[in-house]
Amino acid sequence: MALFQISEPGESPAPHERRSAIGIDLGTTNSLVATVRSGTAAVLADEQGRSLLPSVVRYLPDGRTEVGFLAQAHQTADPRNTIVSVKRFMGRGLKDVAHAENTPYDFVDEPGMVRLRTVAGVKSPVEVSAEILRVLRARAEASLGIADGESLYGAVITVPAYFDDAQRQATKDAGRLAGLNVMRLLNEPTAAAIAYGLDNGSEGIYAVYDLGGGTFDLSILRLSKGLFEVIATSGDAALGGDDFDQRILCWIIEEAGLGPLDPRDMRLLLVKAREAKEYLTYHAEAPLAARLSTGEWFELTLTSEKFSEITAHLVQKTLGPTRGALRAAGLNVEDVKGVVMVGGATRMPQIQRAVADLFRRDPLNNLDPDKVVALGAAMQANVLAGNRAQGEDWLLLDVIPLSLGVETMGGLVERIVPRNSTIPVARAQEFTTFKDGQTGMSFHVVQGERELVADCRSLARFELTGIPPMAAGAARVRVAYQVDADGLLSVSATETSTGARASVAVKPSYGLTDGEIERMLRDSFEHARDDMHARALAEHRVEGERLLVALSAALDADGALLEAPERAALDGQVALLETALAGHDARAIRQATDALNRASETFAGRRMDAGVRRALAGHNIRSLEL
Amino acid sequence: MQRKPSHLENHFELFGLAPRYALDEATLDRAWREIQSQVHPDRHVGASDAERRASMQRTTQVNEAYRVLKDPLERAAYLLALRGIDPKFETDTGMPREFLMRQMDFREALDDASKAADEAALERLHVRLDVETLAVRNSLATLIDGESEPGAAVSAVRELMFLQKLAHDVERAFEALEA
Repeated sequence: MALFQISEPGESPAPHERRSAIGIDLGTTNSLVATVRSGTAAVLADEQGRSLLPSVVRYLPDGRTEVGFLAQAHQTADPRNTIVSVKRFMGRGLKDVAHAENTPYDFVDEPGMVRLRTVAGVKSPVEVSAEILRVLRARAEASLGIADGESLYGAVITVPAYFDDAQRQATKDAGRLAGLNVMRLLNEPTAAAIAYGLDNGSEGIYAVYDLGGGTFDLSILRLSKGLFEVIATSGDAALGGDDFDQRILCWIIEEAGLGPLDPRDMRLLLVKAREAKEYLTYHAEAPLAARLSTGEWFELTLTSEKFSEITAHLVQKTLGPTRGALRAAGLNVEDVKGVVMVGGATRMPQIQRAVADLFRRDPLNNLDPDKVVALGAAMQANVLAGNRAQGEDWLLLDVIPLSLGVETMGGLVERIVPRNSTIPVARAQEFTTFKDGQTGMSFHVVQGERELVADCRSLARFELTGIPPMAAGAARVRVAYQVDADGLLSVSATETSTGARASVAVKPSYGLTDGEIERMLRDSFEHARDDMHARALAEHRVEGERLLVALSAALDADGALLEAPERAALDGQVALLETALAGHDARAIRQATDALNRASETFAGRRMDAGVRRALAGHNIRSLEL
Repeated sequence: MQRKPSHLENHFELFGLAPRYALDEATLDRAWREIQSQVHPDRHVGASDAERRASMQRTTQVNEAYRVLKDPLERAAYLLALRGIDPKFETDTGMPREFLMRQMDFREALDDASKAADEAALERLHVRLDVETLAVRNSLATLIDGESEPGAAVSAVRELMFLQKLAHDVERAFEALEA
């Protein structure tokens, strides 16, 4: 029995109209793209049959870029212009970047997000990530046979569950910059649970232990037929396989008594360290030898015991959040039916042992830990694009990983949305003025679990002005937080005590303004000699046509919810948009699209109400049957 | 925002439930999931902007209603609020002396366990708290659904608030231990 009987919402397209949708795992070390074809999710390979794309971008003096294996091959020779593990810098300031001194980059410290100075100019981590996404997009388009001028319907991009708002926003911006319609940001462990759960028909409580190149996530989910429900999530956004490499690097420097290293030697040793780490997965000891640019030669042997010893504290650092997530979910280890291992770093034997000890059961390793996230993302993309078949339908309910709050007196945090709230979620809090005649209030939006603002991540600052002068404590300012299904926050503040409303809406953007994105988009089209105006016209036309299709399907399904005059008014707006679409005026199309969207608000609201009633009706019938 | 208030605005009616403290969690869960399957943003990705907005607002409201009804404390406070009683401001109902003594005792034990970094002691406190919380919750069902004089129900809700705050502090202590 399917848990959900789905009728209209998300209108399933006719078979010949299957929409091309992809799932992207934008990883610290490697990235992948996958899609669902003939009901099966598969990772898409490049022309040489390789499915992993190393997340490495090299900038050349003429502005061209190399991405993937080619860039990786040059990383030792050209370390400053070859960016590896850029994910660590997404949405991060310089002070947040761990081991910045151990990287060969020329960082530019800018408010919000750090930048990297390369031979091709200063680059934001968003731009670097977009280069990787562009290559994956081209791979998918070639593989799916998408002709020039046509485009993919949409993409799902995965992010670590423990990514904060800044890191999520940066990822979404990168997708936009790469020309993708980002349908959803999906948490990596959730994606893995989808792939694992659908593959094995699992039901019950599962934990996903996801140790990637640069991030650690632990999510606990309840799987039942037709539903993936995240109960709690925890982790560390700055802990991953890279840190194990760093430990080996430090060990080499100490054991071999090496002096200060130049960037090339640093990169060389990191490559050697990674090789040794991977070798130790299947061997008791790993040989380590290299000649440095100074002519120095070293030869060492790293045993598996020594490796476990020098990384024991890193393994421990994953167990705290794991226990925390269990407590937050109100569960004991005995309640967990299985632990799914995700991420290349979980191949390390000491990780496998630690997880087995904690959960008192062998972890599940039957899906390729490198591919499982991309496969789950492709499955979700397929469902979001409306390609689902009857009977194989499911819904995903995720949570927000970190609490959202606002700064109050004395640098303390007042929590507004607690972590592990199911998204989308909205909460509001009321504040008041503390001085007579005060007409403005400033707010500081923060994210994190600590009591002090200084220990949390600052997301945005904004000011509400135009409060009518009143006695202290008389004004009532309502600060509302809304977190959408991507886990992204928007904040608004409104003075509500008088008729006069002062209001401000904030969308934190972390150093990347809309103007900056525009510029980056322009820059990226220069090479393609794209005409911005033609592009705007094409985009608005696609938007307008999409709206007509969506609305006509909705009217077919639920047209009865409208009174005749309401229907006539809506049809009038539809006709206006159709007229605009027949012409070549981008602005007119945009305006008619916006107008139709506004005109259809009442109808949209009633459709939701009807959906609720439909759900309850089905539910009552079933209750009676029991 | 300007949606007309309808019968779907009341948390209980939204899920087709009677406004009672004792509720069948499985029924609530099922209703929540079935409504989600209709209104969730994932069901409206290709829809008009207006419909996607409506979907997000409706799902947000459904999640809030579910959270309130699912939480024993919030559910009690909500039921009292529906009857025009705000437990937070009913200051005339002082807490029973014996309850306050137990609270102080608890706080001291928590302080000691944190200072000594004694995880086993924290675990014992955690269990003790669970047991007490459950007892208060069970008494609430009789007090609220029995339609008796509201004073006792308000007092029980306030007890539950104290216990919840304590549970939060115990969790903090665990985290401090692991940091």
